[in-house]
Amino acid sequence: MNDILLFTLLTLCLLAIVLAVVLYFVAQKFKVIEDPKIDLVEDVLPKANCGGCGFPGCRNFAEVTVKAANENNSLGDLNCPVGGNEVMKQVASILGLEVQEKDPLIAVVRCNGSFAHSPAKVRFDGPASCAFAHQLFAGEGGCQYGCLGLGDCVASCIFDAIHMDATTGLPVVNDLCTACGACVKACPRGIIELRSKGKKDRRIFVSCINKEKGGPAKKNCEAACIGCSKCQQVCPHDAIVMANNLAYIDFVKCKLCRKCVEVCPTDAIHEINFPPRKPKLEYTETNTQPPGGHDRLEKVQPVQNKTVDIE
Amino acid sequence: MNKLVISGSPHIHDHDSVSKIMYTVVLAMIPAMLASFWFFGFDSLRVMLVAVISALLMEWATQKFLLKGPLTINDGSAVVSGILLAFNLPAGIPSWMVVAGAFVMIGVAKMTFGGLGKNPFNPALVGRVFMLISFPVEMTKWPVPRPLFATRLADAITGPTALGLFKEGVDAGQSAQTMLHASQMPTEIARFFGEMGGSLGEVSAIAILLGGAYMVYKKVIDWQLPLSILLTAFLFSGLFYLINPAVYAPPMFHLLTGGLILGAVFMATDMVTSPMTIKGKVVFGVGIGLLTVTIRLWGSYPEGISFAILIMNAFTPLINKAFKPKRFGSDVLKTAKI
Amino acid sequence: MMKLATFRIGGVHPPENKLSANEPIIRLPLPKQLVIPLSQNLGAAPKPVVKKGDEVKKGQLIARGEAFISANLHAPASGKIAKIDDAVDSSGYRRMAIFLDVTDDEWMEGIDSTDELIHQNLPSSEVIRERIKEAGIVGMGGAAFPTHVKMMIPEEKKAEVLLINGVECEPYLTSDHRLMLEKTQEIILGIRILMKAIDVKRALIGVENNKPDAINRLQQFCNADNGIEVHALKVKYPQGGEKQLIKALLGREVPSGKLPIEVGCVVSNVGTAFAVYEAVQKNRPLIERVVTVTGKKLTKPSNFLVRIGTPMSALIEAAGGMPVDTGKIVNGGPMMGKALPTTDIPITKGSSGVLLVDQSESRRSTPNTCIRCARCVTVCPMGLEPYLLARISKLSLVERAEKERIMDCIECGSCQYTCPSALPLLDYIRLGKQRTASYLRNRK
Repeated sequence: MNDILLFTLLTLCLLAIVLAVVLYFVAQKFKVIEDPKIDLVEDVLPKANCGGCGFPGCRNFAEVTVKAANENNSLGDLNCPVGGNEVMKQVASILGLEVQEKDPLIAVVRCNGSFAHSPAKVRFDGPASCAFAHQLFAGEGGCQYGCLGLGDCVASCIFDAIHMDATTGLPVVNDLCTACGACVKACPRGIIELRSKGKKDRRIFVSCINKEKGGPAKKNCEAACIGCSKCQQVCPHDAIVMANNLAYIDFVKCKLCRKCVEVCPTDAIHEINFPPRKPKLEYTETNTQPPGGHDRLEKVQPVQNKTVDIE
Repeated sequence: MNKLVISGSPHIHDHDSVSKIMYTVVLAMIPAMLASFWFFGFDSLRVMLVAVISALLMEWATQKFLLKGPLTINDGSAVVSGILLAFNLPAGIPSWMVVAGAFVMIGVAKMTFGGLGKNPFNPALVGRVFMLISFPVEMTKWPVPRPLFATRLADAITGPTALGLFKEGVDAGQSAQTMLHASQMPTEIARFFGEMGGSLGEVSAIAILLGGAYMVYKKVIDWQLPLSILLTAFLFSGLFYLINPAVYAPPMFHLLTGGLILGAVFMATDMVTSPMTIKGKVVFGVGIGLLTVTIRLWGSYPEGISFAILIMNAFTPLINKAFKPKRFGSDVLKTAKI
Repeated sequence: MMKLATFRIGGVHPPENKLSANEPIIRLPLPKQLVIPLSQNLGAAPKPVVKKGDEVKKGQLIARGEAFISANLHAPASGKIAKIDDAVDSSGYRRMAIFLDVTDDEWMEGIDSTDELIHQNLPSSEVIRERIKEAGIVGMGGAAFPTHVKMMIPEEKKAEVLLINGVECEPYLTSDHRLMLEKTQEIILGIRILMKAIDVKRALIGVENNKPDAINRLQQFCNADNGIEVHALKVKYPQGGEKQLIKALLGREVPSGKLPIEVGCVVSNVGTAFAVYEAVQKNRPLIERVVTVTGKKLTKPSNFLVRIGTPMSALIEAAGGMPVDTGKIVNGGPMMGKALPTTDIPITKGSSGVLLVDQSESRRSTPNTCIRCARCVTVCPMGLEPYLLARISKLSLVERAEKERIMDCIECGSCQYTCPSALPLLDYIRLGKQRTASYLRNRK
């Protein structure tokens, strides 16, 4: 009995010694020398690993920033949109650099083709995937630029910041948005844009990207930008650019005077978080348009029962 | 006018569905159900009913209270699992054990993984093996078959299965030949038609094969899989019979006794847990055949098909990875009739 | 009975429903306005050479294909160009189209307007190819690949045999069937022209065995002299897939990612052969085609000879009008056709049929979970694993998808047709193919 015990103990000890020696040499051989700053930078990053900075993860971003600091002595365009200025300041101070304050951004959905504005003319029957529907047809409402309403943006968001509004069929962005840009990439139609959050969260934008002429655009959607240029004429700050029958408000130049909102004949220009104006309807973050028509429930249903498909 | 529908091609469907497949399987099991009723009387009905009802109940309860997802109990998969579990039980088993087995089958082996289509192991076999380990005495008490209209014998006569009898005898030092011709041993014909001790569904080879043929005809199973199991078992056990007939039973004995045919036709062919390609299915079948015979010949249990199938279930993902279908274009530039 | 030739792996057999098989081809009257989408062929769209207000004659060039893979467009009737503007085409999107107000039906000068058969004087292969290119001929089977590009055999390759696709394996469709019955001699001549163009001595016509009349009729004109043979093929979908047809007729398999010329064949549709005859012997450009208008509830399923640019509504009207409970309009057959949002969509060179699906059949059943029954694997004619491809497509795993040979998928739809869980397999595979293709382009 004692022999067995002794033998086991000895074998184990021997094994331990041999493995320790092997491990020691392996550790020596494959030692990776890393800048300790990388760990420090990574510590202050949000660790959402969202890819909003353009790099696969926070660790990778930390490596790139440290490398940039060492080689160029500046952070250049490197930015963590999720952490915002706060985090970038901390990163800069770790690396002994200064950082320029950037305007905080937020995702903005530039389509107002709700069930009421762009009633469904056909019915889509298939998987809840905008990317697939995009290659199949123009959209239930007929607008080939408009939101397909199948929620690829919602699925792409890891911050729970974008949701489908069941009454309009359009995605709505909430305050949790970090401007990581995942939804911008996920939308096959390029409807979502990262725009400046604006003072007091107030912003004005053209909620349409339809490049068709006024007639066909209006035919499919009441709230389409028809390219009439009225907003451009009224804008005192030259902030509105007309191209391809479409107005675009440059958020850097825009001074939030709201003149364009008033003149727009199709209500395609939206103002958000402004104090209410007496004669006009109030637009808030949660209710960006009047409630939809009777069609809305009909349209939501197929999306819901398609939740079980390929696992 | 109603709205036109837009969807990707194809625009037609062959209108087959999961529940149709499941009820085809149930239909295919009817001969074996009748056979078990014939041989084991109303006890067999009791076991089957209890198994099916508790399987349905468990599935319903899990979906209703735990997963909170859509209810799918009418897709028929729980019915199939329930009957299959009953097929693997002796007729005399107490009802509460069947309920426990069915709960493990559905609750642990199926719903834990997300329900139909996601379970890696055959649920009915997991339930059976659970019961075999938990209630070893009751699970190996086999009522002697007693055809319905035969003169009635006293109740609750039990005896060993042919395999058990053989194994015990050989382990006790008897020669294989004596055991094969022992008085309790069912004859060759009895084995084929099922007049012998055993689980509900496994006794009658002919009834199972009938159901299997129906499933092959309905394209629910591929014939290659059961055939590869039976053939492997036959050849492998035959090999040892040739080497030493004094210790090992002849291959036909192995084929017709125990649950080999039931396992090959109904259990191993479970779509969810078997490989996707024909090549893969054959490999899977060969594996089951080898393991079954190995367990039967040298294991401590007289029967090994349940364990064999469960073990091979674990290899299914690997087999799927290794055995891809024959891709079009792999016969590059084969000389052709030009 | 002799065993019929067929492809080996996979395949399904949907109900054939060839409702219009016995309806002779009828010429449809000209509509008042034709809308001719520019992008009718695979590859680049041709550039318009006319402008608003121009008078054009029937057969006159209106758009020239300048890119390597592109095809010319001709005026399908005489009239005045109303405008060049966006119009919804069969893609479901609004794209550039030429609007032509029709005045009359007079051919442009230099075009043979008689119906006389011209057997003699087959021109040289260069002239044939040039005329095919000028006439803007594309594959009439559906993919609309420009035929002149197909006829350009790469120098290091040699065509040994011409395969003519008269399979028409899509359920419902009968346009090729009728064409083979009614224009048999023209098709045979077209085949001889194509044989000359690519310099082969042998041509095989594959016809599915459900069209014995067409097989018999073609047989009458095939002999050892012209080197044309007709082969009856087993009725199995997708027998008419290019690669499947080659496998069935020659026993050869086109390697993954390669063209038929790799195994010494060129494949063309019977409709294309007819168009080639018209272009080469009659100097007529491709301005019309046979279109099947069909559907279970339609009063008169028919085969029409239609000008390119005719709205589908005109065809449906001529076939007895749209049934009240139509739930889906499909451009093409039920297996590979495309659902359309409206009937105001013009017929293009690639439209082989218009199928009106009843409302009860137009919705898909609710998807269930995959039960791993492997039917999709069994029926895939390319030997792929659709269940796996759909899954990795959904997850956008492009590298994995490429390894599992997603680009080999011919989108025949057999997997989705047969899936007992009614999963949108092909929908996801298509998406995956698109993503993988763009990934491969970027990698280059």
